[in-house]
Parts: sequence; structure tokens; C-alpha cells
Amino acid sequence: MESQLRNRIFIDKLFKYLIIVFVSISLLPLLLILYYITRSGIAVINWEFLTQLPRPIGEAGGGIYNAIIGTFFLIILSGILSIPFGISAGIYLSEKGEGKIAHVVRLCVVVLQGTPSIVIGIVAYMWFVAPFKGFSALSGGIALSIMMLPVIIKTTEETLKLMPYSLKEASLALGVPYYKTILKVILPTGLSGILTGILLSVARITGETAPLLFTAFGNQFMNYNIFKPMDSLPYRIFYYAMSPYPEWHTFAWGASFILVVVVLGFNLIARGIAIKWKVQF
Amino acid sequence: MKSEKIFNGALYFTAVLVVVLLVVICLTLLIASVPSIKTFGLSFFIGKTWDAASEKFGALPFLVGTLLTSFLGLLISIPFSIAISIFLGEYFKEGAVSAFLRSSVEVLAGIPSVIYGLWGLFLLMPLVRMVEMKIGVTPHGVGILTASLILAVMVIPFSASIGREVVTLVPSDLKEAAYSLGSTRFEVIKNIIIPYARSGIFAGILLALGRAIGETMAVTMLIGNSNFLPTGIFSPANTMASVIANEFAEATGISASSLIYIGLVLFLVTTIVNIIGTYVIKKISLEASKEVT
Repeated sequence: MESQLRNRIFIDKLFKYLIIVFVSISLLPLLLILYYITRSGIAVINWEFLTQLPRPIGEAGGGIYNAIIGTFFLIILSGILSIPFGISAGIYLSEKGEGKIAHVVRLCVVVLQGTPSIVIGIVAYMWFVAPFKGFSALSGGIALSIMMLPVIIKTTEETLKLMPYSLKEASLALGVPYYKTILKVILPTGLSGILTGILLSVARITGETAPLLFTAFGNQFMNYNIFKPMDSLPYRIFYYAMSPYPEWHTFAWGASFILVVVVLGFNLIARGIAIKWKVQF
Repeated sequence: MKSEKIFNGALYFTAVLVVVLLVVICLTLLIASVPSIKTFGLSFFIGKTWDAASEKFGALPFLVGTLLTSFLGLLISIPFSIAISIFLGEYFKEGAVSAFLRSSVEVLAGIPSVIYGLWGLFLLMPLVRMVEMKIGVTPHGVGILTASLILAVMVIPFSASIGREVVTLVPSDLKEAAYSLGSTRFEVIKNIIIPYARSGIFAGILLALGRAIGETMAVTMLIGNSNFLPTGIFSPANTMASVIANEFAEATGISASSLIYIGLVLFLVTTIVNIIGTYVIKKISLEASKEVT
């Protein structure tokens, strides 16, 4: 009796330590990745790295200015394409959420969210690269906006559903038309939630490489033309990492450091907004 | 009244446009892969050679590559993600430790896949190469095992966060009843929590599988880009996603069409996996909310 009890308690303790060990091991990669990025990344970063264009191999120096600008350019481009569209579809789902169409739309959002990014890259290629016979920032922006869309729709819908019904009723009772109630009362109240969703979707696409491989492609020169290939941080990291030159490998770490800072920055701001305005998902 | 109509019309229009977008994506993939479907038909899936020069395209090596990497990756990740789920859902529900672990998992989920690839190239690859030299296989360094390891790291946050949610959903009266009968915590976890949360944990793993199948960049960088049927877990290979990433930009004609055919299959498989996973999770949270009320 006594020994059996001791046995059970022993197993209980053992299991707890086992869980803790497994959890600690699973944190190891994160620590290692952050350590590698900071150690190898910061060493490369200086003013020149941030403000100069890439140089051909053999020439020392150079930077990734075009990739940094290109990444932000692509984010803005895909934001312009997807944000109004996504918010509007999100309003539809929260307002008329019970109909047959809404169910189909919701299913499509789930499917879009799970679609592999490389497949979206192929589709954007078929739509905008193959017909115009050239890689372009526009096609990359479209691929990324398709990836942003489901996140924005979902968060908008969920935020607006949390709005108290009395708010809408009060506005309607005052004789405010329905569309003005939505645009001037409901949307501004849910703004923080929607903003959080947009930032999360931006964080999601900032690091995406696969859809850009055959859309925006890469460009070692500065480019502001949306019909020409454009560089981006993730593409540059891929390009440098796969090259055989050790010097370019260090550049890849530098670019990774910047990319991680940008992505985590977007995530942090999103969380900050969510905490400050008490958004819940 | 007029602006009211326009407003409602615009909402309706954008919602329907989402459906249209998905349909057009499907059609684009389908139409572009027709030449390859016509030439190879279903034997595409059992063909072992992928050779652009002789225009022979069989996708079996990539199907096998995808299956091996994603299942091996999942298998490695499962103990860790279940450990995190139980740790956060049962042992440390709140407090500093829990907050730290939860933000770490979130950070891990936010790191771009290309950076996982880069890290894998400079840390995992030499490690795997060392192991390969020790046990006497050709030391490629890159290959199915390396890709699976990075996939495991990448999907842990995904299945762990879903797992945590379903573990917290286990009704506390069940747990308390077991404790009052003298169960230890381990026995509560084994006999109450795991059976109750089983389908949710399964759904989380299924969604992680969907991600692993579609994951492109990190795998592309670590799998070794070989179009031959893999002979073991150390051999270089290609997955469906990585072969597209490696070859699509230079492909024309029938070889481009065959790559899109692979893309179509990839799209269909991930869609099915995701729909099942989402459906299971929805059902569980519905049941849980019913029990509370």
C-alpha cells in the first residue's frame, strides 16, 4: 500500500519534470535563432549597410537599401489593395453573418488562409507576370494582398461582433441611417481591433518569400516603378543565403536581423494596441 | 435611401468577391495545368522521373518527399507541442512563467520562414553532416531529415497554441472529481485531460500538418533540391512546394504546366486538411460553450 502510493507520487513528479524538460528543449531553437541573428547580424549592420545598394561580389561594402525600401513599398502596395476590401467583407460577415452567402464566404476565408504561399505566387504569376512578360512589384503586391485578406476579414468580423448591440440601437433610434451608423459609430469603436488585425496581417506578409520568388522577383538596383521587378528583404536573404560567398552570408544575417526587428516590431505594436484598448480575440 | 443601397451593395460585392477570388484561383491553377493533365493524367502521381530535357514528368519523388518531411517533422514536434499544451493549460495557467513561455511561442511563430532556412543552413546542416559522418552515410548535410527538423521547430508554436486552448477547455468539475477520488495530477492528465482534449489536440496537429505540407522557403533551402526518389531520411530530395520554388521561374511549356499541376494538388490537399481541422475545432468549442451554459 505504502509503496504503491510512493510509486504513484514518484510517477507524478517524474511526469512533471519530463514536461518541463520537453518545454525547455522546445525553447532552445528560439534562443539559438535569436542568438545567431543578433551575433552575426549586428556585426554587419552599419550606416553603409542601411543606405547603400548591393555591390557585385568581389567589391567590398555595399548594403541592402533597395531591399528595405522595397519591403515597405510592397507592404504599402498590398495594404492599399487589401485593407478596404478586407474591412468591407468583414463588415458584411458581422452584419449579415447568418445567411447562406456568409457561410460560403467564411469557408473561403478559411481556405484562403490555409493556401500555401507558393501557390498564391503561381497564381499571381499567371495573372500579372505571364501576360505582361516580366516580373513586377505590382504582381508581388497582389500576391501579398491575397495573403493579408483572410486575416483582415477575420479580425474585422470578430471585432465588430463584440460591439454591444445597444450602441447600434441607440444610433438607429436617433434616426441615423444604417450606413452612417456602421461607418461613424460601429467602425470607429472597433478601430483598435481592426488596426490590430491589419498589423498582424502586415507582420504575416513582411517575411514572406515564396510568393515573391516569381512575382516581384528581386532587383539589385533601386526601383520605384510598380511595373518593374522590386527587391525585398526576404528575397535578398534567400538570394544571399543560397550564394556560395561567405561575405554574402554575413549580409544575409544582417538583413535577417533587420527583418526580424521589423516583423517583431509590427507584432509588438499590434499587441500594444490590443492591450491598451483591451481588444480580445 | 440611395446611399443606403450603395453601402449595402458594396458590402455584398466585396463579400462575394472573396468567393470569386477563390474560384478564380482554382480555375487559374486548373486551366494552366490542363496540358500536363492531358499528357500525363493520373500516371503523373506514380511517375518516378522528372526530367525537363526529355519532357518526362512524374511527381512521385515530390509526393514522397512531402509526405516524408511533413510526417517526420510532425512526429518530432508532437511530444514538444503536447508538453507545451499541458504545461500552459494545466501546470502553469497564469503567472510570469506562463506569460514568458506564451510570448516565446508567439515570437517563434512570427519568425519568417526564410530566416529558419538561413539558421538551418548554418547550424542544423553542419550538425546533421556530423551525424552522417559518424554513422557512415554520404554527408550531404541537407536532406529530408534536416528539412523535417526545421519543420518540427516551425510547427510547434502552431499546434501548441491550439493544444493549450483545448486543454484549458476541459471542464474543471471533471478534474476536481478525479482529484477528490485521490488521483495524482499525472493520473488526472492521463485519464481526464488527454481523453477529453484528444480530438482538439488531433485537430491542432492536423492544422500543423497543413502548414508543414505547404511550407516552402525553409524546406527549399534545406532539402537539397534533388529530383530523384529519396532512398532514406538522409538523402536529398524535393517536396511539392520546394520543386515549384526551385524550378518555376525558369520553366516554360509543359514543364511549367506540370509544376502548376503539382501546385494544384498541393492546393487541394492543404484545403482538405485545413477544412477538416477547422471543422473539428469549431465543433469542440461549440460543445464546450454548450456545457458551460
